[in-house]
Amino acid sequence: MLNYHFDWSIITSGKYFEWLVSGVKVTLELSAISIVFAFVLGLLLAVLRMSQVKPVRYIALAYLEFFRNTPLLVQIFFWYFGSYKILPQAVNDWLNNTNFEFAAAVIALSIYTSAFIAEDIRSGILSIPKEQMEAARSAGFSYLRSMQYIILPQAVRITVPPLVNQFLNLAKNSSLAMTIGVAELTYQARQVESYTFKGFEAFGAATVVYLVISSSITFLVYQYDRRVLNPHKAA
Amino acid sequence: MEPFLDFHVIADNITYFMIGRYPNGPLGGFALTIWLAVVSCVLSLFGGLVLGLLSISRQRLIRIPVMVFINTVRGLPLLMVIFWMYFLLPLILGKTTPESETVIMGLTLFTSAYMSQIVRAGIEGIPKGQTEAALSTGLKPWQAMLYIVLPQGLRNMIPSFVNQFVSLIKDTSLAFIVGVSELTHVATQINNRTMAYPTEIFIFIAAVYFVICYAFTSLSRLLERKLAWNKSM
Repeated sequence: MLNYHFDWSIITSGKYFEWLVSGVKVTLELSAISIVFAFVLGLLLAVLRMSQVKPVRYIALAYLEFFRNTPLLVQIFFWYFGSYKILPQAVNDWLNNTNFEFAAAVIALSIYTSAFIAEDIRSGILSIPKEQMEAARSAGFSYLRSMQYIILPQAVRITVPPLVNQFLNLAKNSSLAMTIGVAELTYQARQVESYTFKGFEAFGAATVVYLVISSSITFLVYQYDRRVLNPHKAA
Repeated sequence: MEPFLDFHVIADNITYFMIGRYPNGPLGGFALTIWLAVVSCVLSLFGGLVLGLLSISRQRLIRIPVMVFINTVRGLPLLMVIFWMYFLLPLILGKTTPESETVIMGLTLFTSAYMSQIVRAGIEGIPKGQTEAALSTGLKPWQAMLYIVLPQGLRNMIPSFVNQFVSLIKDTSLAFIVGVSELTHVATQINNRTMAYPTEIFIFIAAVYFVICYAFTSLSRLLERKLAWNKSM
């Protein structure tokens, strides 16, 4: 059907193999670092979003809506090209002395993902019946202690699957970092393709890696759901 | 360093941001962003409907390959799908395809996979009794699906479709990577030409995307409330 000559040996050893492997490493590194920041930021936002103080609540809401309704690519470009005018000099100096492409990608991915994580955490907390809080309060726990001992432990349990899925989204979204020159997996696959004209092999290899990442995460979520959330259903 | 933002660069280039070189050249900028999103959305509505229906087929030989296809696409970054299209379309069609068509194909394939999940969930949300009743009145299975189940399911799917359209608008920014002159691409061009105003330029296009996406996000929430079935029914 296609006039195409396959040559898988090109990507299974040598220079191009190493490029792809280093791409996988960068993708995993970028996703792992960003998910930590995204989680911390997301947790903070979820709490602010449910604050009793109106202005705080609205600021958190504005943040969430803004970052969820703008393309990630534009956010990456903003942090990479445009952030120097609004950041303090000290931060700019620090960023210029590190791997700036990588740092800008981490900042953009963390902030973008935190907005989605915050909503997941919030809906996790809201899914715990109000009576739980009322019972905890009437048993003498303060608001914070009720959150700490009663609400959060239950909310965390059901928030795990959406959070793990956010990590998967993040790993996929990290491919956009190639636009500012971060040499992650998609970048390397593109490199290999343009050096060898072996698009099938190069994109095929990257596709397999992405599928391994996404199917293992899907499998983990499935197992968690079966064993932790619905143990009675597991026969 | 100049501490204040200077938005003159936006005012000076506003036509270029909005419609590119049109009418003296091809349509570009924000107008092309919307065009790409609308065309891909219409195509992926069909794609999603077909894939969604096939993925709940009772024929294993149909269902399983379709599910594999859907989950493969969903497991990939959109960028990867666009690169596949960029590389495969000329091979399959035997001629070079314009970049904008490559992007529309990539967006359509990617979004169809996600839409199919909405369709699937929408159909599965309709009680089994509806199908049984339809069949017992003498309708054939495809008639029961087409006339009874799907119309009710579609109503529930509308808010999710609108959300998917918002994702599509955001995703069109990736057309930048293959050189389609939509809003993000135009912004980088102006940025390269003017050099000194990246902050202003990217804040501006972020705001443009935000306005249109937020409008549709709000519409989706409104529809979700308006279209919810009366619980007492």
